[in-house]
Amino acid sequence: MLEVLPIASITRDVPITWFLGLGLAMFILGGIGVVTRRNPVIVFMCIELMLNAVNLTFLTFAAYGGSGINATPGGMAQAMNGQMMVIFVMAVAAAEVAVGLGIIMAIFRQKNDVDLDDMSTLRN
Amino acid sequence: MNANQLAFIALGGLAFLGALGVVLIPNPVRAALALVVNFFVLGLLYFVLGSQMMGISQIMVYAGAIMVLFLFVIMMLKLDKKAEEVAPGDAWRKRFTWLIGAVIGGAIFGGVMLPLASITTRVNPPQNFGTPQAVGWSLFTTYVWPFEVISVLLLVGIVGSIMLAKRRF
Amino acid sequence: MQSELYTIPSIDWSLVMPFIVVVITGVIGLLIEMFRPKQNNNAIVLVSLAGLAGAFALLIPQLGVTTTTTFAGMVLRDQFGVLLQLIIVAGAFLSLIFSEPYMKQRRIAHGEFYPMALWATSGAMLMVSSDNLLMIFVGLEVLSIALYCLAGLARDEQRSEEAALKYFLLGAFASAFLLYGIAFVYGITGSTSLAVFMETLARAPGINDLTVLFAITLLLVGFGFKTALVPFHQWTPDVYQGAPTNVTAFMSAVSKVAAFGAFARVLEASLPVQEFWMPALIVITILTMTVGNLAALVQKDVKRALGYSSIAHAGYVMVALLAYLQDPAKGSLGTVITYLAIYTFMTIGSFAVLSLTAVNKSEGTRYQDLYGLWNRAPLAAGCLVLFMVSLVGVPPTAGFLGKFQIFQDAMGAGLPLLAIALAINSFVSAYYYLQIVRAVFVDEEGALRVQSAPMNAGLRFALVICAVGVMPILFAPILSQGKQTVTLSKMIESGAFLQRPVASVPLNPEPGEKVEQITPSAPLSTVTGN
Repeated sequence: MLEVLPIASITRDVPITWFLGLGLAMFILGGIGVVTRRNPVIVFMCIELMLNAVNLTFLTFAAYGGSGINATPGGMAQAMNGQMMVIFVMAVAAAEVAVGLGIIMAIFRQKNDVDLDDMSTLRN
Repeated sequence: MNANQLAFIALGGLAFLGALGVVLIPNPVRAALALVVNFFVLGLLYFVLGSQMMGISQIMVYAGAIMVLFLFVIMMLKLDKKAEEVAPGDAWRKRFTWLIGAVIGGAIFGGVMLPLASITTRVNPPQNFGTPQAVGWSLFTTYVWPFEVISVLLLVGIVGSIMLAKRRF
Repeated sequence: MQSELYTIPSIDWSLVMPFIVVVITGVIGLLIEMFRPKQNNNAIVLVSLAGLAGAFALLIPQLGVTTTTTFAGMVLRDQFGVLLQLIIVAGAFLSLIFSEPYMKQRRIAHGEFYPMALWATSGAMLMVSSDNLLMIFVGLEVLSIALYCLAGLARDEQRSEEAALKYFLLGAFASAFLLYGIAFVYGITGSTSLAVFMETLARAPGINDLTVLFAITLLLVGFGFKTALVPFHQWTPDVYQGAPTNVTAFMSAVSKVAAFGAFARVLEASLPVQEFWMPALIVITILTMTVGNLAALVQKDVKRALGYSSIAHAGYVMVALLAYLQDPAKGSLGTVITYLAIYTFMTIGSFAVLSLTAVNKSEGTRYQDLYGLWNRAPLAAGCLVLFMVSLVGVPPTAGFLGKFQIFQDAMGAGLPLLAIALAINSFVSAYYYLQIVRAVFVDEEGALRVQSAPMNAGLRFALVICAVGVMPILFAPILSQGKQTVTLSKMIESGAFLQRPVASVPLNPEPGEKVEQITPSAPLSTVTGN
């Protein structure tokens, strides 16, 4: 049975901060990657990393019944709110990947190169 | 230190290393593989958090489909042969960014997240919220409208990517 | 899993009918594109315009009806949302109507433009007609993903593709921030509904300030990118310059209106912690106006200058919005809506005239390329002058009316700093707008070599509507009425909420103890009387 996964013991043993911290670390690392990398494909991968950090945060709050700082209703309704958000983020990310890689391909077809620092046709 | 905490440290550490790899490894193919590791481990973490459906989706959609697309484009554009050359002044910019990131991250972790650790009152923890049945039921009841709208989004994605990438005819 | 846990929401189709009409029209357009006779987009254009007109007609009767929600609180209809949807549909209509001749000149033979633009419109409509962050996010992405593709519509041109890539990477980056903010809103409230967020903040103000502050900051960053406020504006001039002119017109109106609509709802929901973000937003608004106008002064490309001008105008709208949020009795959302409507006409009209500079595959948008336009196309040149005068805010035009109302609101709401910054900026902006006007009348030798496309029916129609749109007479009644009729949701009186209930449920309840029923996530608030 799938229902026997020991979720309750996880939320008891592991502080919520650990999961949130991992999410934050991934988010910040993704942000650093977006700023420092020059290959648009890798920049895009870093954005995906940030989106996954967000998903992890959503599911953490869902499993732990919220951050606990305000009295939230808890229960299924609340957990579902977060989990559904994750589904939609995944769908959005899939569509974004299709479009983003299409744009990168279109650029590559024009100049056989996709370095972000070499993009300078748009200027005053 | 109990088994659950050890499990988190093992999985979380692996996920962190994967994320670090994406940002640091110069070769795009290896960076993408690091990202696959990260996504896969995240899928396992979703299982640990009690969301089986999301865990499966994560592994199939992200670690599977999306990363295949990434690798496909990297290979097709032959980006794996080209290492990023370092421009002068780039190294400083990078160090500065890492410093800023670390400071901001530390501040947020200390200010926003650590206080949450001490709060243990938890209302009515969810039961079996991550099963496919639960997800399916709520997709077709409460969330039926966004679920339908997502179809428009995917249509936009399909038509848009074909429009951008198709050959002239 | 018992089925009684989940209730199928009651559905009122009239609320989402305009959206459905726009989406279906897009699908029909795509089908026509598949089976069309050679390279002739006329049928698609007609169908698209008819669909938008239909959506407009469906929206009109919804003005003034009571606020309701449907689809388990995912769709919200209120006066604010309906008015903004009307502006969005009108903006889309105006930018589609002059697209075909322009794209023919540029040799952009993509019939897919029309369906994509329609779907982008539908996303914008979703954004302004929900107070659930989930729907706002989904609508935003439908809009943004369609716009990323549209920015890269001119596939043979390097700058169009570069614009698309920049827009895409920065847009996705901003979405990540927005989502992280939503994640923390969810963590604090247990829901993505803005009504619940507001209620939670009002019920327990000051509870863990830092977490709330963090969530709101992330939301501000996300929406700051989308509305092009100043530290987050860098993509705007590049994208406006690189994208095809008809897409720029579309994006400058539709995506701005939608982003401001959602932003207004988010800010209103965070009113209980106003002291966190109000000072920061005041600084950002002043910066937005100033940087936008100063940067526009030194541009050599008209499209780029108008890109910076749109940043400045985002600042003006922010002034109106902040005046409302500071003091809902003095400021008014009617001002925000009116200015957005006026701006839509002004900006689409300007870009429509600029589309004339595209001849034979190439397009020149520097000031020199407008030289002598007065001789070649007097109607277009005259309209451009009118729009520029209105963008500056010179008295007889609607631009003046809107700005004056914003100025009054800001003064009344106790934000004189913003009002003064607005006035100074209007004077500064006159310089570059009048430069554009001057270029139109330059009649020297060089002007003879400049070419422009012939005038056409679609453009003429769009220009006439936009010119009528900047007549102040149209907006005076809305402004006078707006004060009473347009409110987002009932203001929450402080003190009306009970103290935070203490959570005392044990951590580990017995399995199968109590499973809560899934309820609509936005049951409370949102009901406003007129």
